[in-house]
This record gives sequence, C-alpha cells and structure tokens, in this order.
Amino acid sequence: MTDLADFTIGDAAAGLKGLEFSATELLEAVLKRASVSEAHLHAYLTLDRDGAFEAARRSDDSRSNGETPGPLDGIPIAVKDNMCTRGVETTCGSKILSGYLPPYDATTVRRLRGAGAVVLGKTNLDEFAMGSSTENSAFGPTRNPWDTDRVPGGSSGGSAAVVAVGSALGAFGSDTGGSIRQPAALCGVVGMKPTYGVVSRYGLIAFASSLDQIGPFGRTVADVATLLGAVAGFDINDATSYRGSPPDFAGSLESGVDGMRVGVVSELMGEGISSDVVAATRAMVDALEGAGASVVEISLPSIEYALSAYYLIAPAECSANLARFDGVRYGLRVDGATSDEMMSRTRAEGFGPEVIRRILLGTYALSAGYYDAFYGQAQRVRTLVTREFASAYEQVDVLVSPTSPTAAFAVGEKTTDPMDMYYSDVCTIPSNLTGHPAISLPVALDGGGLPIGFQVMAPALAEETLFRVAAEVERLAGFVQRPALATSEVVV
Amino acid sequence: MVMPVEIDIARVARLARIALSEEELVNYGRQLEHIVEYAEQVQALPTDGVPPTSHALPMTNAFRPDEVTPSLDREEILSQAPDSVDGYFRVPRILEQAVDDEGGDT
Repeated sequence: MTDLADFTIGDAAAGLKGLEFSATELLEAVLKRASVSEAHLHAYLTLDRDGAFEAARRSDDSRSNGETPGPLDGIPIAVKDNMCTRGVETTCGSKILSGYLPPYDATTVRRLRGAGAVVLGKTNLDEFAMGSSTENSAFGPTRNPWDTDRVPGGSSGGSAAVVAVGSALGAFGSDTGGSIRQPAALCGVVGMKPTYGVVSRYGLIAFASSLDQIGPFGRTVADVATLLGAVAGFDINDATSYRGSPPDFAGSLESGVDGMRVGVVSELMGEGISSDVVAATRAMVDALEGAGASVVEISLPSIEYALSAYYLIAPAECSANLARFDGVRYGLRVDGATSDEMMSRTRAEGFGPEVIRRILLGTYALSAGYYDAFYGQAQRVRTLVTREFASAYEQVDVLVSPTSPTAAFAVGEKTTDPMDMYYSDVCTIPSNLTGHPAISLPVALDGGGLPIGFQVMAPALAEETLFRVAAEVERLAGFVQRPALATSEVVV
Repeated sequence: MVMPVEIDIARVARLARIALSEEELVNYGRQLEHIVEYAEQVQALPTDGVPPTSHALPMTNAFRPDEVTPSLDREEILSQAPDSVDGYFRVPRILEQAVDDEGGDT
C-alpha cells in the first residue's frame, strides 16, 4: 500500500472523504515520516503532537457525523515559525524569542484551523526570515533533502524541506525577497507568493512590512491553489489587507496556454545564472511555445537596480519593525542598570549576526542626512521597476525566468560574504518590490541530481492566470522525482 | 564610480540600541561599508519627478467600524513578559538618563 505521507493534498482529501483512511491515520503516517527525516534535516523547530492529534480527532468525528469536509479538513500542514500560534512556541529562529508563547493565532493559522487543517508544527527559518539558506537560525541549520551537505534555501527552508519529504502535506512560509520561491526551487516543490495584501499578515512577525507576504508550499500546483484559497481574503486586523474579493485561484488550472503570451526576462537569462539553470528554463519556454503560447524576449533594465533598492528598503523597514524586541514585553531580557542598558544588552545578546547587520544597515539608511539618498531613492527606484513591469504586461500575460541563479549550494558556501548570499534573490526580488504574484515549480534535475525551479510572474491580482500557466508548466515538465529522504524506512 | 563610504558605526549601533564590543564594531562597520557601496548603485538611476512607492497596491486609509471588540487577555500577555508587577510591565529605571536626541529621522 502506498504510504499516506506520499499523498498529495488532493488525493488525501479524496481518501478522507471516501473514508479510505482517517485523519488520525494520515497524521500518524506523516509523523512517522518526520521521525525518520528530522534526524537528517532539522526542518521542524516544534512539533505540536498533542494539538495535532486533537485536531485530527475532531476532523474524524465531524466526518463520522456525516459532515462534508472541506478540501483541507484533516490535512497535516506545517507553518513557518514566524507565524504566531497560540500557546505553541514561536521563535522566529531567534534566541530573543526563545520560549515565547503567543497569546493569539495568526490569521493564516486561524483560517487553517477553521478549515479543519491539522497544524502539526513550526518550521525552521533564517532568523527573522533574513537569509537565503536557513543557516542563520539560532537553533541550527536545516539541510536539503536532496543532498544533506547542501542548504534547502531560505528563509522558509524548513517549510520547503518538510513538503519535499512528506513530513507535512503542505506548508506556509513568508516571502519578503524570495523566501518562499527560492527554497521551493532548491527543494523541488511548488512555492507561491500571492499579490501583496491577498493574505493577511496579522500574526506574521514583521520583517519588512511593505514586502512581506505569506504564501503556500505544496507538491502540486493544484495543492498550492487549494492552500491559498483557504487563507486568502480580507482581514480587518491587517490594515494593508486587500479589500476586494480574492481572485479565483483554481478556476483555470486545466485551460492550457494556447494563445497566451509569455515574456522571457532577458536580464535573468545570462550573466550570473548557471548554465544548467538557463538550459532548463529555455527548454521549458520552448515547451510552452510548443503548447501554443507565443513567446517574446522582454528586457527589464531596471532589474539591475532592484537588488540594491531591496537591500535599502528591507533593512530600513526591519530596523523599525525589530525595535519592538527590547526586553520589555516578551522574550529575552539581559539585565542592566538602566532601561537603555538593559535594551542594548538584550538586543546584542538576543539577535544573531545577520539580523544585527541588517538593523545597523537600516538604522544608517534611515538616519538624519541619509534618508532621502537611500530610502527615498530606493522607493523611487521601486516605482520605476513597477512601471517597467506594467509596460511589459501590456505585451504579455506572464513573465518567466529562473527562480534561483543556481541549484542548491553547499552548506557554508555563501556565509563569508553577505553580498554572495544576497545575490541568491536576484530573480525573486522584483516581484516583492512590485507586489505582484509569482510562483516557482520544479522542472528538471541538474547534472548533480538537484532540482531546478522555474518562475512564473503575473500582474497584481492575476493569480488565476499565474496558476493557469503554472499548471501547464507542471504538465509539460512531468517532474515526479522525489528525494531519497522521502521515505519512512530508516535511512542509514 | 563607486564612492568609498565611511560609516560612524558606533553612533549607528547606539541609535539601534545594540551593545557591541570594539571588535564587533570594526567588523560590522567594514561589512556595512561594503554593502552600502553596492546599494549606492541606486543613485545612478535618474529619478527626478518619480514618486516613491511605499505600497504595492494603491490604497489610502483603511477604515473599520468603531465598535468595541474583545482584547487579548492581559494575564496571558503578561505571562510572556520578562518582568511585571500589578498588571504592568516592569523595567529598570529610565530617569536620570542622558536624553539622546540625535536619532531623529527626517
């Protein structure tokens, strides 16, 4: 019999509905998978076994009472440890929040629970979501399921890794500069960043508020559309929440790309992108053309400035957001004779090097005399990038590119020079600056057997188009490979 | 075309309320100068007359009905505080401290 931990969300929901197995049995299979894979990956920071079994039991009870379950009822889902879970430790991968028990659920978590999902644990991340490798976690790095000498990407590396091996059937992460899409690419799963505002950020511990967006990970495009549908929609607790009805996510998955116009971003197909990645991207573009899409090259010259603008905007907003960690209301406190001394010592002790680096950078960029030259200029560049994308979307329905310049890199390879790591996000950052939706899905393995991600980008609120093209990419790629660690047999 | 950058890192660390050793200050200062030199590339792009974007979707005020709704539980919140007394957060003394007014953002 097939191991339940290898089911997609769609298949598991059908099995639960048909009473072929129970939510409790499904949870047991997934926890068994976790007990094997975690020894190699360290993708979870917290497993909430008791809470998960209780939710699974409730799901089974409602089914045995004849209620019709929704698409996520009884499905084990993991969430990144920067989303608040009431009474369940939430650390952001930081020593400064070690032991923190939030007094409320993030809206995403609340909606998942409301949909009957089994929230089974909190996944590892780069501290405060700052990083591209999940090496910056104060609680130790997560490893890539395809090769444990390599990183899973980041900052949502834990969420990508658990979906890749089946220690959750789906997961949520957050994406500020690529933190969902890049780890999805490096772990060979589907990861999606919705339009800014489509998913509430209430209860997401803020990094850079104008860029942060919560989004789903799954093994298929359809699963990701289902996950997004369960959490999207206006929330009065998030002042930046989109007030309109959420776009239709799964309505056009079967429609194909015949007659659609696809733009290939020239700047992301050359220098700095590995040849294997360019070749795989090119092959998929050709396949889309074969499936009836018309393909044009699109040049977006301002992309060259997007990375610089991002590394001013994100640290500036982070330095303001992380001011709340001052040893007063929650988390770590290191004593001092005055409040000022207590705060300065607490923050030095509680934050890791990358977080300190970005707070300092943001503080500098916002300080008197530099504000307009740095933050102001970066915000104007953001306008130019957005205008360039808008004019591209007058010619094409979607833009495509690689997700990451390379497949998974080695642990420790990019930790010496911060700029090396920052470059990992060159393909993903523009969508955060524009606030547009984007998705990454695996299309091939490289020469070393590591997955390569393909990115599809669409205009604001055009999620339906995005998923439509992504579903065709998925069919054309026929990517079915799984990492060796996707097993419940003990791996030696 | 890259201008060398000099950062008063001790002042920045003070503004950010992070107590760093001399050695850490030197290291972070060097790294920051390197990153800022890169980030300064944004200044090469002419942006005269271009408005700044602070939000991805055009939105102005977010109104909600003026209704009383339950707040989070005080005891539950205070249970997470490092120190509290009589329903308040407690901190070390804050008076007699030099007023630091150099941190004003523009």
